Amino acid sequence: MLSVQDLHVYYGRIHALKGISLQVSAGEIVALIGSNGAGKTTTLTTLSGLLRPREGRILFEGHDLTHLPAHQIVRLGVVHCPEGRQVFARLSVIENLRLAAAHRADRDGVARDLERVYALFPILAERRGQYAGTLSGGEQQMLAIGRALMSRPRLLLLDEPSLGLAPMVVETIFRVIEALRRDGVTILLVEQNAYQALRLADRAYVMETGYIKASGPARALADDPAVKAAYLGG
Amino acid sequence: MLTPAYIAQQFINALNMGSIYALVAIGLTVVYGILRLINFAHGDMMTLGAYLGLAVLTALALPAWAALLIPMLVVGALGVLIERLAYRPLRGAPEVAMLITSLAISSLIQNGATMTLTAQPRPVRLPAELTQRVDVLGVNFAVMDVVIVGLAVALMIALTLFVQRTTLGIAMRACSENVRVTQLMGVDVNRVIAVAFAISAGLAAVAGVLWSGKFGLVDPFTGFVPGLKAFVAAVIGGIGNIPGAMLGGYLLGFAEVFFVAFTPPEVSGYRDAFVFVLLLVVLLVRPTGLLGAREVNRA
Repeated sequence: MLSVQDLHVYYGRIHALKGISLQVSAGEIVALIGSNGAGKTTTLTTLSGLLRPREGRILFEGHDLTHLPAHQIVRLGVVHCPEGRQVFARLSVIENLRLAAAHRADRDGVARDLERVYALFPILAERRGQYAGTLSGGEQQMLAIGRALMSRPRLLLLDEPSLGLAPMVVETIFRVIEALRRDGVTILLVEQNAYQALRLADRAYVMETGYIKASGPARALADDPAVKAAYLGG
Repeated sequence: MLTPAYIAQQFINALNMGSIYALVAIGLTVVYGILRLINFAHGDMMTLGAYLGLAVLTALALPAWAALLIPMLVVGALGVLIERLAYRPLRGAPEVAMLITSLAISSLIQNGATMTLTAQPRPVRLPAELTQRVDVLGVNFAVMDVVIVGLAVALMIALTLFVQRTTLGIAMRACSENVRVTQLMGVDVNRVIAVAFAISAGLAAVAGVLWSGKFGLVDPFTGFVPGLKAFVAAVIGGIGNIPGAMLGGYLLGFAEVFFVAFTPPEVSGYRDAFVFVLLLVVLLVRPTGLLGAREVNRA
């Protein structure tokens, strides 16, 4: 479904991604783990078109995304739910959701997806008229995911969905990710919480300082002594 | 001197000035909100609108409504074109690059108008039905005064509905919070920015026509001072905030008109300086302007 080949990305003179290659097949959850500054967020940001690679290619279902503008990448079904929630604080909950579906022509589908988002996160239905900035952190994360779903993702790029949230909210978020998999959404998940990520994912890539250091089935990586020591607290 | 009729007349005058400042300030604030660009060429869109309005009235001999509609559309389109050619290539460059470019465009328009149309002010003669004076309860005003206020208010209501209710309006507000993330929603932000420039320049053109109609003159620098004052109005209201620009425009109109009305001539000559003092005072009390966003939670 997604094939990333030898991606090199720079921030000015800083070489942030040094030849990243990865594959995601339809229906999979693939986790990208690694410590801070390893290049996980940079990878997602490049996939969604906000950053441009200097070298390498990004292919999604036969489309070359490498030079497409970000909004067209969304329209092909690659939807990025960014780190830190990034909801529009001065738009209401419903406006945040509507905006993400604004490019879609299938009105019935949009209405169905809105119902689905409200079913997954009932609190959003309750707060639909409120400014997103008045939501709690957990509610904002739910809105960020709900918003991504309104763009009808076939491949969802999820960046740190559990960061800074209370354990109960984290549970909710991970339950929803599992529900999305059952609905056939393919997910590329960046997580600091490597333990949770490896439990949920089918496969994983371990990143370090701009390289992919290891990859394989999530369970095998979770048992790998080196990965354990570095990312799972021994 | 301070008869009720005099005060009422000053009130109408202030409403007039405030309406025009508000229209111009909205355009500045809409563009600033998205691109963080202080558009120094904005006042010149007023000037262009005023010249075009005059041409429509005289050379084309069309009715007054056409002298508003045609400049609004033509200058609105020009705003889109300028963004495309001059500002879009600079996106991502330091903000000051766009600011300098807007100064260049401003000079270009002022010089161009001077060279082709001369610096000589041209009289703007309104159709008789607009200059006709009406007397209501001892307050005397022209039909044009009503047109200015009515049109400005109608445009502001239309804009507010557009920004609040339509998807494009939601996208504009989203862009003014975060352009990058708005792209992740599948929104073509270039289109949103083009619409913002069309609205901005179109409203300035209307304001220019109204201004030149009210004062009966247009020259290559007609929009310069009101453009500056509209900038003050936008900052007073909280730059980037549309209701703030409206509020700031009217506040400034009232402050300026009543300053001139109630001070002796040797003081009232400082009206422009007074406007900036007012700005300083407001910013000392509220650094982000009256309705400006205090830092929003963006964690």
